[in-house]
Amino acid sequence: MKRLRQLALGVLLAVFVTSLLADFITPASYATQFRDSPNVGSSWKFPLGTDELGRDRFSRLIYGTRVSLLLGPAAALLSTLIAAMIGGAAGYIGGSTEQLAMSATDLFLSLPWFFLLLMARAMLPLNAGTWSSVIITFALLGLLGWPPTARIACAGAKSLRESDVILQARASGCHGLRLVMVHVVPNLAPTLFAQFWILIPVFIIGEANLGILGLGVAEPLPSWGNLLRELGDYTVIMSNPWSLAPAGLLLLVMSCFQIALSRKENSV
Amino acid sequence: MWIRRVTRQLLMIMVTVVLGGFLGATLVRLAPGFTVDEGELDPRLAKESVQVLRQARVQDGDIFRFYGHYWARILKGDLGVSRSLGRPVSELLAQRLPVTFRSVALGLAVGWLFGLALALPAAMYRSSAYDLLSTVASGVFLCLPSTVLAMLLFFLRGSAPLVIGLVVFPKVFRYIRNLVVKTSSLPHIVTARAKGLGRTRILFWHVLPVAGPEILALAGVSVTLGFGASIPVEVICGSPGIGQLAWLSALSRDLPLLVNLTVLVTVVTLLANFASDFTAVTLVRNQQ
Repeated sequence: MKRLRQLALGVLLAVFVTSLLADFITPASYATQFRDSPNVGSSWKFPLGTDELGRDRFSRLIYGTRVSLLLGPAAALLSTLIAAMIGGAAGYIGGSTEQLAMSATDLFLSLPWFFLLLMARAMLPLNAGTWSSVIITFALLGLLGWPPTARIACAGAKSLRESDVILQARASGCHGLRLVMVHVVPNLAPTLFAQFWILIPVFIIGEANLGILGLGVAEPLPSWGNLLRELGDYTVIMSNPWSLAPAGLLLLVMSCFQIALSRKENSV
Repeated sequence: MWIRRVTRQLLMIMVTVVLGGFLGATLVRLAPGFTVDEGELDPRLAKESVQVLRQARVQDGDIFRFYGHYWARILKGDLGVSRSLGRPVSELLAQRLPVTFRSVALGLAVGWLFGLALALPAAMYRSSAYDLLSTVASGVFLCLPSTVLAMLLFFLRGSAPLVIGLVVFPKVFRYIRNLVVKTSSLPHIVTARAKGLGRTRILFWHVLPVAGPEILALAGVSVTLGFGASIPVEVICGSPGIGQLAWLSALSRDLPLLVNLTVLVTVVTLLANFASDFTAVTLVRNQQ
């Protein structure tokens, strides 16, 4: 299992590095149109063929991977930070602050996430520019995904508050911000780090779902979400099976995340 | 004790509805373009009619007045009119809710059936080959977005309930397998096994009663999962339920409709969680 996990991490690293090198390894930009060659099949010039607008699918896949794999973790980081602030503070302070914060967290947890996401996305301009749509999509994922992590951070901070380590530190005269920064945050960090990892695939899948429904990253910038929209056209899949490549890559990356996270998930 | 618990849960549902309503009303009020009515662009309207439309918008401009109107209408059972479809929201919900309820209920049944059918043998027999196969099978469905799953199954003539079931199944499988494995290592179950009790008897007489409350908690959560999956699945499969309605209203920025849908689904999921929680508590009390 350890070797399998190392292999999964290796694959993730390889895909991530490849996507970072998109500018150097792709034959064309993600928006370049080869107007003489729309919907062509796989060839040396276009390894995965072209889409209906004549754009190279391979280039778009590599750039799309970069968008999803860079911004998924960014949204997870934002969510973890919010959760750490709300849950960590609530657990550490305790009393009515904890009750209030956890009631708010429970309230958010009971809201159907995808409906809430759709509502918040619809409130913002749908005809936003490319980069605005990227920021809006991933910021929304980050801003709405904090409640489960906040609950875990709260439980962690609460057990720390009652631990001998903190009692000893208090008895030694360590109080306030120093106590938080020196003893609470470092002890809470592994839990938050694990949650950060767990959130990444959740947000990547969330973006993919939004993108396929036309509410994610706007064209021409590719992301896994809008690349997967092509799967809706049965004739494209039959004429060029390489159009399934984004789904295959997504499955590979998500499987690697599942394997890498399997130790944490196996605990109920 | 249980009366206090029930009261607390019902209070929580009420608070969620009130806060959800306020949050929704605020979103509708603050969304760009609220003060402009598309009807003003209709060249057939007379100047007086356009003036009346503007006046109605100006009246709703005061945020507190807007809240007042919003709640007064809700209390009368008037959920407003869909801006994009031009029909009363209550009428749309009455038409589409049964479709979604049916899909989600059937989907949950499929998901739980698959999940239990794979999880219980995996936890009972602990065969590494079976464990690997079942984990891979659930992992594939866990790693694919529900929209992709819906597209692939749509081509294979799969229905919306089947797709919702396949979205719910991997979560049910993994949670129950881990839970049953963990419960099986409890001292009294190890003793029962050492005394020579059969696997099936241990499972049904000793493991499941202990794991029951947590399994029921998962049942409540799976309702939320089912409704969440209903949006992409109904859109791709063309099923005319509230998931598809939510997507259409998001695309046309029909916020009054979307807010009502979100609050409604929240109430349904809260009630489902409440029911599963209450059943779990009753189960524990009976066991004690």
